[in-house]
Amino acid sequence: MEILTNSHTPPHTCNNSGEGARAVPLAGHVGFDSMPDQLVNKSVNHGFCFNILCVGETGLGKSTLMDTLFNTKFEGEPTQHNQPGVTLKSNTYELQESNVRLKLTVVNTVGFGDQINKEDSYKSIVEFIDAQFEAYLQEELKIKRTLHSYHDTRIHACLYFIAPTGHSLKSLDLVTMKKLDSKVNIIPIVAKSDAISKSELAKFKIKITSELVSNGVQIYQFPTDDESVAEINSTMNSHLPFAVVGSTEEVKIGNKMVKARQYPWGTVQVENENHCDFVKLREMLIRVNMEDLREQTHTRHYELYRRCKLEEMGFKDTDPDSKPFSLQETYEAKRNEFMGELQKKEEEMRQMFVQRVKEKEAELKEAEKELHEKFDRLKKLHQDEKKKVEDKRKSLDDELNMFKQKKTAAELLQNQAQQAGGSTTLKRDKERKK
Amino acid sequence: TSEGPQVIPSYSSSAMSEAVVPDAMVSPAVGGPYGEKASGPGVDFSYVGIDAILEQMRRKAMKQGFELNIMVVGQSGLGKSTLMNTLFKSKVSRKSVQATAQEKIPKTIEIKSISHDIEEKGVRMKLTVIDTPGFGDQINNENCWRPIMKFINDQYEAYLQEEININRKKRIPDSRVHCCIYFIPPTGHCLRPLDVEFMRRLSKVVNIVPVIAKADTLTLEERDFFKKKIREELRANGIDVYPQKEFDEDAEDRMINEKIREMIPFAVVGSDQEYQVNGRRLLGRKTKWGTIEVENIAHCEFAYLRDLLIRTHMQNIKDITSSIHYEMYRVRRLNENNTVVAHANGMPEHHLAAHEM
Repeated sequence: MEILTNSHTPPHTCNNSGEGARAVPLAGHVGFDSMPDQLVNKSVNHGFCFNILCVGETGLGKSTLMDTLFNTKFEGEPTQHNQPGVTLKSNTYELQESNVRLKLTVVNTVGFGDQINKEDSYKSIVEFIDAQFEAYLQEELKIKRTLHSYHDTRIHACLYFIAPTGHSLKSLDLVTMKKLDSKVNIIPIVAKSDAISKSELAKFKIKITSELVSNGVQIYQFPTDDESVAEINSTMNSHLPFAVVGSTEEVKIGNKMVKARQYPWGTVQVENENHCDFVKLREMLIRVNMEDLREQTHTRHYELYRRCKLEEMGFKDTDPDSKPFSLQETYEAKRNEFMGELQKKEEEMRQMFVQRVKEKEAELKEAEKELHEKFDRLKKLHQDEKKKVEDKRKSLDDELNMFKQKKTAAELLQNQAQQAGGSTTLKRDKERKK
Repeated sequence: TSEGPQVIPSYSSSAMSEAVVPDAMVSPAVGGPYGEKASGPGVDFSYVGIDAILEQMRRKAMKQGFELNIMVVGQSGLGKSTLMNTLFKSKVSRKSVQATAQEKIPKTIEIKSISHDIEEKGVRMKLTVIDTPGFGDQINNENCWRPIMKFINDQYEAYLQEEININRKKRIPDSRVHCCIYFIPPTGHCLRPLDVEFMRRLSKVVNIVPVIAKADTLTLEERDFFKKKIREELRANGIDVYPQKEFDEDAEDRMINEKIREMIPFAVVGSDQEYQVNGRRLLGRKTKWGTIEVENIAHCEFAYLRDLLIRTHMQNIKDITSSIHYEMYRVRRLNENNTVVAHANGMPEHHLAAHEM
C-alpha cells in the first residue's frame, strides 16, 4: 500500500499506466468498461474535423481524387495555369455518415509547379501550415480560451501528388517534401497512374522510395504498434506511394455501376485493386488511420512547432524555484512590446501622412500664389499695353487734329492765294487790255 | 492479454446502433474490403468510411487507458472507505485504523492519495482515491477545508505547470480531482454548518457529489424528508453540486440531469461483504432484522450513485473538471500576473475569487 501525496513513489507495477499504482483485481462487474463508449459518444456529439492538404502540380487530378474519396462533388471549375505564384485555397465541407458528423477541410495548392522559377513554391505552403499551427498556439496561450470548441484547422494529412512520369521524382517534389516532412504527415501518391503500365509502376515506386530515403524525407508511416491494425498497416507501408486513379463518372461493368475511366482500349475501375491503389488509400487515410493522423499532427508536428516558436520568442523552461508563468508574463510583455511598436509605427505613419499633407498644401499654396502673380503680371501687362495704345491713339488723334488744322489753314491760304492770284490775274488781264 | 476492440453491446445507445463494420479493419483474413467485396451483393458503393473513426477512437482509448481521481470527504466513521471498495468492487481504499487512547487524533487533516490499476473487459483505468482523514474530527473545525482546497489547487497547478512547459509530455499526467464525494452524516434533520461551509466553498472548484452516508439508519420517509431539506438548503446557499445546472449542454442533457438533480443526495449504504439472499450472493449488510442489499434500489441508492459516477457520467465529470474548473483556475492564475489583462478580458469578479481559500 503506497501513500502518495503529490509526488511519485518508486514504480512497482508492470502496467504502463502510471507510476506507483498497484494492479488490483475486481470482484465483480463495476461498469467502467463503458468508458470508451462514453468517450465516443461525447465525440460524436461534438463532431470531428479533418483537414487534408493536396500538394501537386496543376492538372494531376487532385480535386477529382477528393471527390472520389468522399463520394461528393466538391469544387467548381478547374484552376488556370497562369498563376503568378502558389496560393492555397481552402474549402470546408460538412459531411455526415450514419451518426458521424465530419467537418472536412480540403486545401488545394493553386498554381504549384506552374511558374518558370519554382524556387519559392514551397514557401507559401510552409507558411500556410505554420499559420494554422500559430492560430492554435494563440488559442492555447490565451487566458480565456475555448479549446474544446475550437475549430482545428491544422493540416492532418498532406497528399503529395507525384506526376506519373515513370522515371523519378522531380527536384521540385524532393525540395518541397523535404521542407514539409517535419511539419505535416506526408502521404505520397502517384497521380493519374493509369498512364503507367504495371511493370513501369513497380520500378517507379521503387525509385521514388529510394530517392525519398536517400534524401532523408520522412513520410508518414502507418502505425504498427497496435496489434489489431499492425498487420494491415505494415503491409500498406510497403505499398507506398499509392498509385491512384480518380473518377466520379460511373460506368456499367457487368450489372453494376462502378466508378471508372473509360478508354477505347478498356476501362480503368477506380475501386478495383488490380487496377490501382485507390482502395488502399481510402482504407488507410480514412477507415484505419484518420485518428492516428490527427494525433500525430497534434502530438508531434504541433509540439515541434510550439517548441520552436516559444524558444524563438525567448522562453526556456523555468526551473522549479524561479518565478512561474514567466512564459505567460514574457509573452504578454512581448505582446505589449509588439503592440507598442505597432502603435509607434502607426504614429510614424500618421506623422508622415500629416507631413506629406502639409507639404502638398504648401506646394499648392505656392502654385496658387504663382498663379496669382502671373495673373497680376498679365493684368499689368495688359494695362500697360492698353495705356500705350491709348497714348498712341491720343497722339494719333493729336496728329490728326494738327493735320486737319494745317489742312484748313493751308486751304485757307490757298483760297486767299487764289483770290489774290485771281485778282492779280484780273489785274494783269486788265493791264493787257489797256 | 488485451482483446481486440469490441463494440460493447450493453452500452450501445441508439446513436451507436448503426455502427461501423469493424470486422473489415481488424484483419485482412476476415475477408476484408479488398477486391472480393466488389462483387458481393448489397455492398454500398457510396460508403466512404468516415464513421470508422469511432472505432479508431475506441481503439486508441483502450490502448491509452483512463484515469480517474476521486476524493472522499467526511467525518471518520461514515463509511467512506467501505463505499469506495463497494463502488470499485476491490480494496481500493484502506479503512483507517481506530485510534487507541494512546494515539492522538491528528491535529490536522491529512490528504492520502492511493492509486490502483484496475481493468475490466480490456479497459484499463488508473483509479486514484484521495482520502481526507481528520476532516471534521477536531473540536474546532474552522478552516478544515483549507488543506483540501490547497490540495485540489495544487493538482491544477501541477497540470498547468506541465502544460506551459516548452518541452512537455505527450500525455500530461492528470492528477486533478475529478470528483469529490461529500459524506453527509444521516442526522435526518438538515445540513450542519460545516457541511454548508465546505460545499459552498468547494463546489466552485471541483465537482461535488453529496451522499447521505450510512443511510440504513433512516426510514424511507425520513430519508425523503432529509433529502428535500438538504436540497432546499443547497439551493438557499447557492451551492451548485454535480451535475451543475449551468453546464447542461442541451435539452437532452438537461432532461437527464434534472432527473438526477431531483434525487441527490443519494442515500447510500456500502458493504464489501457478500451474503446469501434468495439463492443469490449479494453485497449487503446483515442485521438482526434483515439484510440490506446494497445494489437493490428499493433498499438504498447505491446503484444510482454507481451508475452516475461510473457507467454514464464519468466522462462528463472529467470534461467538466478539465474544461471548466481547470480553465477557471488557469484564468485566475494567469491573471494574477496581469491584473490589467483581467479587466480587459472582462472576467466577472466572483470567478476570480472562487479559488480564494
